[in-house]
Amino acid sequence: MSFSSNVKQLVLLLIVGIFLLLGYVHYSFFNERLNGVWFEASNRDIPVDEDQRNTRLLYKQPSVLVGRTDVMAVTPWLAPIIWEGTFDPDLIDIIYKSMNLTIATTVFAVGKYVRFLRDFLETAEKHFMVDFNVRYYVFTDRPDDVPSVNMSQGRHLSVIQVPGSNRWQEISARRMEIIQTAIERQISREADYIFCLDVDSKFHARWGAESLGRLVAVIHPWFYQATRDHFTYERRPASTAYIPMDEGDYYYAGAVFGGFVEDVYTLAKVCRNQLEEDARNSIEAAWQEESHLNRYLLYNKPSKLLSPEYQWDDTKTKTNEVKVIRFSTVIKNYAEIRPNV
Amino acid sequence: MRFSSNAKPYVLLVIAGTVLLLGYVYFSFFSESLNRRTDVVSVTPWLAPIVWEGTFDPVLIDKIYKPMNLTIATTVFAVGKYVRFLQDFLETAEKHFMVGFHVRYYVFTDRPHDVPSVNMFQGRHLSVIQVPGSNRWQEISARRMEFIQTTIERQIRREADYIFCLDVDSKFHARWGSESLGRLVAVIHPGYYEQSRDRFPYERRLASTAYIPMDEGDYYYGGAMIGGFVEDVYTLTKVCRTRFEEDAGNSIEAAWQEESHLNRYLLDNKPSKVLSPEYLWQDIKAKTKQVKVIRFSAVIKNNAEVRPNV
Repeated sequence: MSFSSNVKQLVLLLIVGIFLLLGYVHYSFFNERLNGVWFEASNRDIPVDEDQRNTRLLYKQPSVLVGRTDVMAVTPWLAPIIWEGTFDPDLIDIIYKSMNLTIATTVFAVGKYVRFLRDFLETAEKHFMVDFNVRYYVFTDRPDDVPSVNMSQGRHLSVIQVPGSNRWQEISARRMEIIQTAIERQISREADYIFCLDVDSKFHARWGAESLGRLVAVIHPWFYQATRDHFTYERRPASTAYIPMDEGDYYYAGAVFGGFVEDVYTLAKVCRNQLEEDARNSIEAAWQEESHLNRYLLYNKPSKLLSPEYQWDDTKTKTNEVKVIRFSTVIKNYAEIRPNV
Repeated sequence: MRFSSNAKPYVLLVIAGTVLLLGYVYFSFFSESLNRRTDVVSVTPWLAPIVWEGTFDPVLIDKIYKPMNLTIATTVFAVGKYVRFLQDFLETAEKHFMVGFHVRYYVFTDRPHDVPSVNMFQGRHLSVIQVPGSNRWQEISARRMEFIQTTIERQIRREADYIFCLDVDSKFHARWGSESLGRLVAVIHPGYYEQSRDRFPYERRLASTAYIPMDEGDYYYGGAMIGGFVEDVYTLTKVCRTRFEEDAGNSIEAAWQEESHLNRYLLDNKPSKVLSPEYLWQDIKAKTKQVKVIRFSAVIKNNAEVRPNV
C-alpha cells in the first residue's frame, strides 16, 4: 500500500515533467514558425500611381519583441547579420531599386575551373540580384571557353584575360591584385557595389539587395559554431595575416566579399600588399587570401555580415539554423581540376 | 525489497529530469549574460539595427568611433519655465551622454540669463541661442523643426558631424554612447512598442500632410529624440517644417505636432538605426521586462504648472 502511493506520486511527477518538456519543445517550434507565418502572411499590394501619396506599400507590422531567437541578427558593433526571417525582401527591394544601382560581380575561372561558369551564371541569372543592373567580370586564361549564357535585361558580361598558373594557391592569391587592377581600370566607372565570388558554386535561392552594404563579408559555413581558437586563421607571427588565439570575431570565407567599390578596392589593395610582403619573406598564409581577408576584417569591421546561407558547402549536411541555402560550393574532385595538390 | 527496486527507476528519472531542468535554467541564464537577447528583435525588416542592452559591446563600439574625432551636436529647447530642467539635463548628460567625445550643446531659450552654468568636461561646449517664447506649448514644440533647420544652416553644419535633438525635460541615467550614431536615427516611443499599428497615435486625418493610414506604419517613434548625420537631420527638419506650415495654412495641426510629422517622414525615409525605449523612457511608466536599462527618461512634471497653456 505505501509502496504503490510512492510510485504513483513519482509517476505523476514524471508525466507532468514530460508535459512541460513537450510544451517547451512545441513552443520553441511554434516560435520559429511564427516568423515563417509573419513572412508568408505579408500582403504585397503596390498599386502603380503617379501621386506619391497614393503609392502604398503594405506589409505586416514589424515586431519589436518577436523575431528569430536561434541566431544573432546583429554583431557586437551593430552590423546586421543576414538570416532568413530577419529582413523583408520586398521592402528591401523597394528601397534599393529606386537607387538605380549597378552591381559588379567578379569571378575567376582559370584553367579547368571554366567548367563551373555555366552553372554559376545560369543560376545567378535566376537568383542573384534579380531586376538589378549586374555586370559580371569573368577573369580567365581561356576566354574561348567562357559559355554563352542568356542574360536578362540590364545584365552584361565582360571577359578579362589573366595568366594561368600551375599552382592553385597562386591563382587564388593573385585574385586580390587582379581585382584591385580591374577596379582601377574599369569597375570603378561601371558599378556602385561589387561582389567577389568563387566560381565553383551555384545559386539556389534569392541573393538580393539585403546583401548590399559598405563592406560585406560572409561567415564561413564550417566555422560558425566553432570557438575562435579553432578558426583556421594564420597563426604564425611572421605572417602579415597573423591573428592570435584570443582574437577574432568570426571566420570569414574568402569565397565571398563585397561592398562599395571603393571599400572593396581598399581591401583588395591592402590584402595584395600583405600577400606580397609575405611572399618576400617566403611565407604563404594558411589559407592564402582568405587568411589576409580575415586579418583585414578584424581591423576594419564589416558593416554587414551574411550568414552561412550565403556561402554553403554541398558536402556539409544541413543544420537547424540554416533554413535556406542561397549559394553553395559544388562537390568536386580537387585532384582532377586543380593544377597541383 | 520489490518495493524499493520498483521505486528506484522512478527516482532516477525524477533526478534526471531535475538535472535537465536546472541545466536549462542555468544555460538560458548564462546565454543572457553572453549578451544574447532572445526577448527582443535586434534588427528592423530593412536591416537597421535596433539598439538594446546586450546587443552591442560598448568598449568595441567606442574603439571604432573615438578615432574618428567626431563632434556631436546636441540641441535642446528650454523655453519659458522649461529652463528649470536644464541643470539636471546638462549635469546628467555630462555623466552619461557621449562620454569621451566632443559634444556641443545648443540651448534654445527665450531666457538666456536663466541658463545654468554647468561644469563641462574637456572638449564639450555650450552655446545659447535666443528664440522667441510663445503662449502655446504646441507652437513652441512645433517650431523646433524650423529653429533646428536654421541653426544647422547658420552654425551647426560647420561645427559638428552628428546631431541629436533632445527634449529638455528629461535626465540621463545610464550610458548613451556611440552605439547611437548613424545616418538617420530614431527612437521607439516607450508607450507604444507593444502596440499594434492601428493604435499608434499617428495623425489620422487625410487632410493633414502627416496622415498615416491605419494599415501602415513601422513603429511609433518618439519626437523627443531625432539624430543622425547633420545633413540627414537637416533634410528631415526641412521637410517636417514645410509640411507643418502647409498644415497650418490649411488650419490643421497634427495630433502630436512635429512628432506626427516625424513619424510620417520616417515611414517614407526609413531610419538607418533605431534606438530601443531604453533611450527614451518616462519616469511615470513602470519598468518592463524587456527594458533592462533606462538611459534617458522624461521626468515627472506638473504639465499645468510648466506649460504656458493647456
